[in-house]
Amino acid sequence: MAHTTTSSTDIRGALRGAITATVLAAIVLLPSFTLHLERAGARTTIAPHWSTLAWGCLAVFVVQLLRPLLLPRFPTVKLPSLPCFEPGRHRALMLAVLVAAVVWPFFGGRNSIDIATLTLIYVMLGLGLNIVVGFAGLLDLGFVGFYATGAYTFALLYHWAGWSFWEALPFTGAMSALFGFVLGFPVLRLRGDYLAIVTLGFGEIIRLLLVNLVGLTGGPDGIAGLPKPTVFGLPMTRNPAVEGGTTFHQFFGLEFNTIHVVIFLYLMALTLACITLYVSNRLIRMPIGRSWEALREDEIACRSLGLNPMKIKLSAFTLGAMFAGFGGAFFAARQGIVNPESFTFIESALILAIVVLGGMGSQLGVIVAAIVLTVLPELAREFSQYRMLIFGLVMIVMMVWRPQGLLPMKRHQVEVPR
Amino acid sequence: MSTPILTVKDLSMRFGGLLAVDGIAFDVAPQEVFAIIGPNGAGKTTVFNCISGFYRPTTGAIALAGKDIAGHSSHHVANEGVVRTFQNVRLFKTMTVLENLLVAQHRHHRPPPLSGLFNTRGYRESERLKIVNALKWLDIMGLREYANREAGNLAYGHQRRLEIARCMITEPRLLMLDEPAAGLNPQEKNDLQQLINQLRKDYGVTVLLIEHDMGLVMGVSERILVMEYGRPIALGTPEAVRNDERVIKAYLGEA
Amino acid sequence: MSNFLPELLQQLFNGLSLGAIYALIAIGYTMVYGIIGMINFAHGEIYMIGAYVGLVTLSAVGVQGGLPVWLVITLMILIAVLVTAVYGYAVEQLAYRPLRDSPRLVPLISAIGMSIFLQNWMALGQGARDMAVPALIPGAMRFGGEGGGFEIFIPYARVLVIAVTVVLMVLLTLYIRNSRMGRASRACSQDMHMANLLGIDTNRVISFTFVLGAMLAAVGGVLIALAVGKLNPFIGFIAGIKAFTAAVLGGIGSIPGAMLGGVILGIAETLAAAYISSEYKDIVAFLLLVLILMFRPTGLLGKPEVEKV
Repeated sequence: MAHTTTSSTDIRGALRGAITATVLAAIVLLPSFTLHLERAGARTTIAPHWSTLAWGCLAVFVVQLLRPLLLPRFPTVKLPSLPCFEPGRHRALMLAVLVAAVVWPFFGGRNSIDIATLTLIYVMLGLGLNIVVGFAGLLDLGFVGFYATGAYTFALLYHWAGWSFWEALPFTGAMSALFGFVLGFPVLRLRGDYLAIVTLGFGEIIRLLLVNLVGLTGGPDGIAGLPKPTVFGLPMTRNPAVEGGTTFHQFFGLEFNTIHVVIFLYLMALTLACITLYVSNRLIRMPIGRSWEALREDEIACRSLGLNPMKIKLSAFTLGAMFAGFGGAFFAARQGIVNPESFTFIESALILAIVVLGGMGSQLGVIVAAIVLTVLPELAREFSQYRMLIFGLVMIVMMVWRPQGLLPMKRHQVEVPR
Repeated sequence: MSTPILTVKDLSMRFGGLLAVDGIAFDVAPQEVFAIIGPNGAGKTTVFNCISGFYRPTTGAIALAGKDIAGHSSHHVANEGVVRTFQNVRLFKTMTVLENLLVAQHRHHRPPPLSGLFNTRGYRESERLKIVNALKWLDIMGLREYANREAGNLAYGHQRRLEIARCMITEPRLLMLDEPAAGLNPQEKNDLQQLINQLRKDYGVTVLLIEHDMGLVMGVSERILVMEYGRPIALGTPEAVRNDERVIKAYLGEA
Repeated sequence: MSNFLPELLQQLFNGLSLGAIYALIAIGYTMVYGIIGMINFAHGEIYMIGAYVGLVTLSAVGVQGGLPVWLVITLMILIAVLVTAVYGYAVEQLAYRPLRDSPRLVPLISAIGMSIFLQNWMALGQGARDMAVPALIPGAMRFGGEGGGFEIFIPYARVLVIAVTVVLMVLLTLYIRNSRMGRASRACSQDMHMANLLGIDTNRVISFTFVLGAMLAAVGGVLIALAVGKLNPFIGFIAGIKAFTAAVLGGIGSIPGAMLGGVILGIAETLAAAYISSEYKDIVAFLLLVLILMFRPTGLLGKPEVEKV
């Protein structure tokens, strides 16, 4: 029963709490924003920005004062629970979305199509990690390592043997899968948190190797000059790559326009993303997907039924790595260049955030989260210096407010035919 | 006795300074119902864990129809035909009753590789066979109406039956039940007793059980091993065990 | 050949001072993991914040000038400890306490988010580039080097690192063993539920654990800033991972283990950097982590666990 009158003890209590919080806030703000370090020649001095202290403390004070006093008075504002979406039931809608996705770029601006292509790469990566984290429940913080492996495999195959994107694509997936298998073998028996740290370590090791094995990987400069994917062997370029060859436009008698390349890349990304979605959708319904779920639920029960936990974990880990490899190869082809800077831990964190914020195991959630996390920073360009800060904050807030994600998975269940 | 289906010799299990099991030995004949009883802490579940491969015994030999399985991993032992239930029911709680039974059939009706990706006829057929098999077992257990329900939402007694069904669907040779009657009311215990006999008769499975309920134990077992503080103190028919002095002393005060 | 021993001694000293820092940070990881079973991903950032607070204090005080060096350093450490205690407390209250009963992955994500947040918080506040730290304790002891041989170089700043760490370790061990909070802390790490039933305020103990760990990391931050001479908002990331490795190496949940693990890791990494390759020295930590988790997951000073089925 909510209090309808505010007693003086309530006010005093709230006041005390607010003052404590304000003092703590002041201590937190002082060394970070208020007392600003500045270089004065060879020395470092302090330039106090008292306004940050004043505003920060005021804000904290007001919020902490009002919170305990006002909250009991208002009925809890329940945020509308986001709907549990069942893709299976909305076939027509899905088809409409797909058609729109295919048609849209022909009317869009170059920049938006570019962003959309990047989003689709993250959709692919998110779906891949979703198999590892969402389906099988394995905490992988080093996913970027497999992403890098795919990208560099393509770069090296082109650099040394002149392979085109489509020729190299199966190998990039295979190479990443192999890395996944080899890395997974020693570590997948580890407990959750430890697995997370070790995989993080592996991601960092791969990055270190990329930076330092200069002869192999080109070091910090990476490898450049990578070609875009071709259309059945016809390059999408202004001029043919080889003397006497034909470009796509020459073959069809079209006028070359760079926008065509952009649209083409988008459509390729869309194709790859759709294939990833289809495959992971099938996998979860197959016996292998059931075993991932069962393992996530209760490993001991699985063992008692003859299921080999290592095999099950390895299958998820390897498949996830394979998709990351495909994503990496496409990324490399689109960029034209690979270097270690693109493959830091932040990427792993970002892809993990996509999976977790979307709703672990939920493919639709992953897609939505990938769109949100890729498009929003682009829209809010003016805030770009706050991007990472907000990203970290969003992760914390989501976990506290809605840990099941934006669109939590509604399990597809095998139903008894009635 | 013809070749025993399970032979345990000189089994012991040490955890650091604690000797939990010491000098356990027994044989189980095919299709026999064999019970292990004893006060709490006697080491019964430890013996189960050793046999089912969850613990690696410190010493001893365990043979399944002559084949050595001591120290083998739990999934390996399960694939040899030894399945078990757990004291705390371990179902896949967010999966449906039907799906629990599908998971257990991972070795049966194997579809051609990759066929699932393309939903071929061969794949659909294998899924259909698994569902048919699962439904058969649900009928035997009287759980058919719950097929699409989440396993975690079943009544406790039904959960236990489902766990047994999940074991049986793997077509085991040896079924190990860890306190199957715990938490059941008298009617359910009666049903359990009948079920054990039915499974043994119709499916030729050997049953090894740990149990505290003496009524059930005496009613369904052919031979009983009594343990105390990790050591065997009696082995024989229910009659013999019931009248054994050491057993009476160990159970002083227990029903 | 005659250079081998002095060079080895040099590397051992370097490794020891590095290991001391790892030990200070590792204690925070091991205490938190021991008590609530989660990896405090943001702990490395607390270390970084401690370093920054030290620099801010130094710069503020340095304006006055004329204060003796030992007083300045003491001030730096005290204020850093105070501020990071607040940070540690706030982090726990905001990002972990609400998630106490959630499945494993949830607090881990929150911790990663907090880690990213704090890195960028400091980067926005003080700039993302390296900041120079004035050398308050210049000078070193030098040994050997006659006739062109290898000269052992022992900077005073690094001696201070080792000395302070040893003192803190001793004080910490005495405190944990003899104080009420220390006993409560040990009880909670053994059986939280039981400790609660016995009337121990477990929330208070958990907050205390975070705060104490933060304070120790802060000391490490100040000391390393003085010894190395520069800092940036991202030093916490890699130091954190390595310190966690040290904690696991020694036995997660064990404070002496964290100390031992820190020293071992520091020495191993320094020797690897000197004798194998310096670019790949970070790999040493990860390799050690994988090896220890594969062959002795409870760590050197931990007790082997058997999974209860």
